[in-house]
Amino acid sequence: MTTQAPRRTPLYDLHIELGGKMVDFAGWDMPVQYPLGIMGEHKHCRAKAALFDVSHMGQVLLHGETAAAQMETLCPQAFTALPEGKARYALFTNEDGGILDDLIVSNAGDHLFVVVNAALRDQDIPLMQNALKDVTVTEVTDHALIALQGPAAESVLAPICPAAADLTFMQTTTAEILDTRCRISRLGYTGEDGYEISIPEDKAIEIARALLAHEDCEAAGLGARDSLRMEAGLCLYGNDISQAVTPVEAGLTWAIQKRRRTEGGFPGADKIQDQLQNGAARKLVGIRPAGRAPARAGVEIQTADGTAIGEITSGGFGPTVNGPIAMGYVASDHAEPGTEITLIIRGKPQPATIHPLPFVQQNYKR
Amino acid sequence: MATYYSEEHEWITVEGDTATLGITQHAADQLGDIVFVELKEEGDEFSQGDDIGVIESVKAASEVYAPLDGEVVAANETLADNPASLNEHPEGDAWIYKIKLSNPDQLDELMDLAAYKDFIG
Repeated sequence: MTTQAPRRTPLYDLHIELGGKMVDFAGWDMPVQYPLGIMGEHKHCRAKAALFDVSHMGQVLLHGETAAAQMETLCPQAFTALPEGKARYALFTNEDGGILDDLIVSNAGDHLFVVVNAALRDQDIPLMQNALKDVTVTEVTDHALIALQGPAAESVLAPICPAAADLTFMQTTTAEILDTRCRISRLGYTGEDGYEISIPEDKAIEIARALLAHEDCEAAGLGARDSLRMEAGLCLYGNDISQAVTPVEAGLTWAIQKRRRTEGGFPGADKIQDQLQNGAARKLVGIRPAGRAPARAGVEIQTADGTAIGEITSGGFGPTVNGPIAMGYVASDHAEPGTEITLIIRGKPQPATIHPLPFVQQNYKR
Repeated sequence: MATYYSEEHEWITVEGDTATLGITQHAADQLGDIVFVELKEEGDEFSQGDDIGVIESVKAASEVYAPLDGEVVAANETLADNPASLNEHPEGDAWIYKIKLSNPDQLDELMDLAAYKDFIG
């Protein structure tokens, strides 16, 4: 086995300058937190605005007139009628209905702009190259991607990018920031209003600095990104979703547009359509432990009287909730919010309750 | 009153056959924001290397390992309500256990402050 040095994003030098605590994440040298700490960064994002480096994610361009139609053969989403300037949450599925990855697909006019998980670019890009005929699949390797998230995101970004204020949730455009063409999309992974901005790599630090110069904006790392997304009830690939679960089991039926539910024509359609019709045997749910002990991935879930019904897939402490929170799969007849369950934490049974997702209100600009 | 340090980033101060045990500031800084502590109870006996408690930060759970043999005389009950005090005063008010040493010779295996500072670099 060879070990490769983790890759650095265009913002690496800034992370070091800001005192980022660097860790190897999916083969990338990324800040897990800055001196403010996960708790402080998390709360700052909910109260004002936080800037995250997400350049490790794979940015891919699909050029070709039939790209949208052909992407429908890989994903259960509808892309052919996706208007220019709109982004959509999507999934690659396999023949068993399992989830291969989750991604964002945007109609950028003459191409589709796709963002995939860092660890899965080497799966997803060949998948698209092999499946999409007469479509040019190009990975963008010379752009940073930053996420600016929080209720103050617009007031932080608009002074240097007025076009950002005109976007609503899941809209995308290109605009100049500090005389540099960037792609700005109003979406994110925190449950807050905010943006993801794709920036030519040589201008990334300059633009990040300009945003961080705003008194409402602080740098935040992967630690806060994880606790924010958990509170927002958003799935993490590899934890809450994987090839072993379907979109229906994962509670992602909202992401499958009506036409696709009816027509099928995507990998695993038989199974997914059957589950849409008849329900799935297990479901992803939110969980609130009754005590203070966090319940993390791998913890067994039992009924109140001790029958095993599932397992936690993500869990930890929710700084805004101010207590432990978790997500996990349970048998569907125990998935109703309010159901009392038992978690086996370090061998000891601990009471918990099924909780609706998300744990915090989502604050998107509709 | 001598203070000793373990490679698991604990400190121990000894007065007679009673000792106070906690985690070092370095350990607390590495753990990040501490949100939960689970401790042994008075009277619990343990051996060197035993897992004698759990400290959880936002990000992860970490075990506390016994640096020597002993018995819990008292656990710091204030930590349950205020786990964040472990970030603030880990080498002061936020001590973890008062312990009775079963085998004080084991103190010789631990480091003094100068050696610990070298150890953490």
